[in-house]
Amino acid sequence: MRSITLRNWQNHAATAMMLLGTVAVLVPLALVFFHILRMGFSSLSLDFFTNIPKPTGESGGGMANGLLGSAIMITLSACIGLPIGILGAVYLTEFGGGKLANTIRFSADVLAGVPSIITGMVAYTLLVVPMKGFSALAGAVALALIMIPIVLRTTEEQLKMVPGTLREASLALGVPLWRTSLQVMLKTATKGIVTGVLLAIARIAGETAPLLFTALGNQFWSRKLTEPMAALPLQIFSFAIAPYEDWHKLAWAGALVLVVVMFTLNIGARLMGRSARQS
Amino acid sequence: MTEADSRYEPERRRPLGGDTIYRWLTAGFGLLVLAILGLMLFEMAQGSLPSLAKSGWSFISGKDWDAVQGNFGALPFIFGSVVSAVLAILVATPLSVATALFITEIAPKKVGGVIASLVELLAAIPSVIYGLWGVLVMAPWLQQSVQPWLIDHLGFLPFFSGAPFGASRMAGVLIQAIMIIPIITAICREVLLAVPQSQREAAVALGATKWEMIRIAVLPYGRSGVLGAVILGLGRAIGETMAVTMVIGNSPLISMSLLSPAYTMPSVIANEFAEATNALHSAALMEIGLILLFVTLAVNVLARVMIWSVTRGAKGGVA
Repeated sequence: MRSITLRNWQNHAATAMMLLGTVAVLVPLALVFFHILRMGFSSLSLDFFTNIPKPTGESGGGMANGLLGSAIMITLSACIGLPIGILGAVYLTEFGGGKLANTIRFSADVLAGVPSIITGMVAYTLLVVPMKGFSALAGAVALALIMIPIVLRTTEEQLKMVPGTLREASLALGVPLWRTSLQVMLKTATKGIVTGVLLAIARIAGETAPLLFTALGNQFWSRKLTEPMAALPLQIFSFAIAPYEDWHKLAWAGALVLVVVMFTLNIGARLMGRSARQS
Repeated sequence: MTEADSRYEPERRRPLGGDTIYRWLTAGFGLLVLAILGLMLFEMAQGSLPSLAKSGWSFISGKDWDAVQGNFGALPFIFGSVVSAVLAILVATPLSVATALFITEIAPKKVGGVIASLVELLAAIPSVIYGLWGVLVMAPWLQQSVQPWLIDHLGFLPFFSGAPFGASRMAGVLIQAIMIIPIITAICREVLLAVPQSQREAAVALGATKWEMIRIAVLPYGRSGVLGAVILGLGRAIGETMAVTMVIGNSPLISMSLLSPAYTMPSVIANEFAEATNALHSAALMEIGLILLFVTLAVNVLARVMIWSVTRGAKGGVA
């Protein structure tokens, strides 16, 4: 038996190491935040929200076209992804005992682990090649491919949390299963589902890799879904790796805006989730 | 007509009721998920056929990547991805496990909760923002302060030879580690929370100190879950694209040095796919994508199974 002094000493050393590890994890977080806030606020102006990027060499300009482009593509991909994800989840909860359902669950999990750049390549071969050009539509499809497995799994979890007695009560009153599912199950789980959807949107709002060879980006306003379209993360990327000080500033401002959007969505989702659990 | 027959009458009269339609409709949407995965594999495989036919196995062993000459050897990218991801895991694992242990075992519940949600915030930051920070803040710092010091003091090692490039394998590894720490920590925390309280109590009752309790009772119980979390982190690190592309220097060198620029599989796709010079070039990039896809799929499946084995039994007793 080792002496108690030694064992206590070991205990303290281990605790210190764990504390040190935690600090080492939190320091980069603090640094990233510090720089985004400092650089972002000092370069953010009204121009950022109203102007498109200026040509090289001219200072000023903004990322208004990127903001609009991101909003358009996110909306479109939600229109594609949400029905598939939510109704797929309904299948898994209502009829999901068999082998098929387990296969679907498994493939959703697998799909969620696919690197996002691969979804970009797939959207490229599916849409960009046949349509002979980069397009916002292809970008939206690539984002939807990322969204679907996330929405599917969170919705299924939320539907599972609806008490079985509610379903039984509805069925016992003679309401058909499909109406029970839509009007009792989905309705009861709405808040939780919205939480999952907000998190999924927050996730795709920051995705860059799948847009690289689908939406491609655009220096100007883009009018059509069949044309290349600007997106905020794409602009942050191309401005960050460009060798111009002015562009770096715009990239920091873009990062600040993106982070604020993400955190608003995340916090909104958490509040929603909390109130869903309480009700 | 007997009474028994009439009982089944409604069923017969409505062969295609709302419920049947609903069932098939939702099944259709569920099947779409399956179809997407199948389509993904098919498209990637089909797209890389020209390259598979031309290069065969030499694709993985060739060191020469020259789009103009039509030589496509992917070894520098595979090497770069494997080395960076493994190093990132070596950096991230101890830190993540330490943080998860601190949150679940050491810190007061409130403090632990705050740290856990901070770590979750880290996971929500998009890759491109880590890349921005990496290329404009971290890489210059590495180049000016860290790397010259390493060259002066440890330059005799092959890992620290050469000139101090800011955008280097070292920068790539660090950014990958920063990005996978939140994921590994979050899953480790879940796994550790799933360790039954009775395990801890038993160890403490035998007179164990807190650290001994962790070592004897907590970690062995959660071992396969923690390993699963690490493997999942490995999958993320391999597939990580934007941040790595922005800081790793993008140069297809096979070098031992951490200070020299390197390249990874997702990075070369990100940089070259939109401007592929010819059909063979894009097929070669597709093949890299296919390899990437298979590797991440295998890693993910393995990780899920391992995490499952711990958290599934969470509510049960000692077994």
